[in-house]
Amino acid sequence: MDELLEVQGVTKKFGSKQALGNVSFTLGAGRITGLLGSNGSGKSTLMKLIAGLAQPGSGRISVLGVPIGVESRKLVSFMPDVPVTESWMNVGDALKFQRDFYPDFDQAKAQRMLDFMNLRVQDKVRTLSKGMNERLQLTLALSRRARLYMLDEPIGGVDPVARTKILNALMEFYEEDSSILISTHLVNDIERIFDEVIFLKNGEIVLQREVEELRLERGKSIDELFREVFAEC
Amino acid sequence: MVIEFDNNQPIYLQIMNYIKGEIITGKLKPGDKIPSVRELAAELQINPNTVQRTFQELERETIVETRRGMGRYVTGREETILTIKKEMAQDVLDRFIRGMQELGFQGEDILAAVAENIHQRDQE
Repeated sequence: MDELLEVQGVTKKFGSKQALGNVSFTLGAGRITGLLGSNGSGKSTLMKLIAGLAQPGSGRISVLGVPIGVESRKLVSFMPDVPVTESWMNVGDALKFQRDFYPDFDQAKAQRMLDFMNLRVQDKVRTLSKGMNERLQLTLALSRRARLYMLDEPIGGVDPVARTKILNALMEFYEEDSSILISTHLVNDIERIFDEVIFLKNGEIVLQREVEELRLERGKSIDELFREVFAEC
Repeated sequence: MVIEFDNNQPIYLQIMNYIKGEIITGKLKPGDKIPSVRELAAELQINPNTVQRTFQELERETIVETRRGMGRYVTGREETILTIKKEMAQDVLDRFIRGMQELGFQGEDILAAVAENIHQRDQE
């Protein structure tokens, strides 16, 4: 089986509002994919379905052939757009929690990432800046030995310095046989780390292509294409 | 390595051109080791597969050689380096001529303008 992730005809409704409409795509192993869309386009919903945190209305999702469920969660590490940590925790507690939850948590890697991120175990989660908190959330997600990492808006709302640090950490600690799906609406800062991009608009995929092919063919940046596609949103 | 990327153009081509430039200007010398995929991807903050593709293309053009288990090295072949030089000169010429044509200059006029410019430089 070549495909790491397979999404087949997935729909999701919230009440009468359609969040995802007949979404189908596959992701290969060892690749970094950008899931791009404006706010409310369905990015977070799609990720939650893949993470097994919500059920699709219809359609099928599998990771390495394993249908989404308890087993697939061992293969997928998800960083949601809201922190997974509690405000009473310090950084050490957060790590311990993650380790208790996931047997594949790599303590040594987590420690290396903390050093890289300039985080200390005794730091209180409550007092971390937005940027430092994003670094912590990324550390928690990437320290698992998973096959698919899903990062929901990892650079949203942080300043350019923190953004650079987060991108550096991604490139430094990325395991090359795994895949990363990154959702963002800030394309310019991050487009050079993608193999391919998926444009999600109003809950539907309007484009899935290799980024270098797009640049060669259109002579435009992914950011520029993104602005064209989402201009009327 | 510091490269100012233009996101409108394929990244692998930009890295290829950068490395070729470093070779021609002698900053990278024949036999020099070049960084690993991992190192370069982290340093430039770009996708590792993009770096991999860059190296594959450089190998195909025999600019870079892989020594098994040792890494990649700049070629020692003189003719390859000469070829890169010619190619890059061709690119410069293409851009120049296109620019002159856009300004309304044609064949002989362009030659005359170049000759005059070189003549002036020689006198300075």
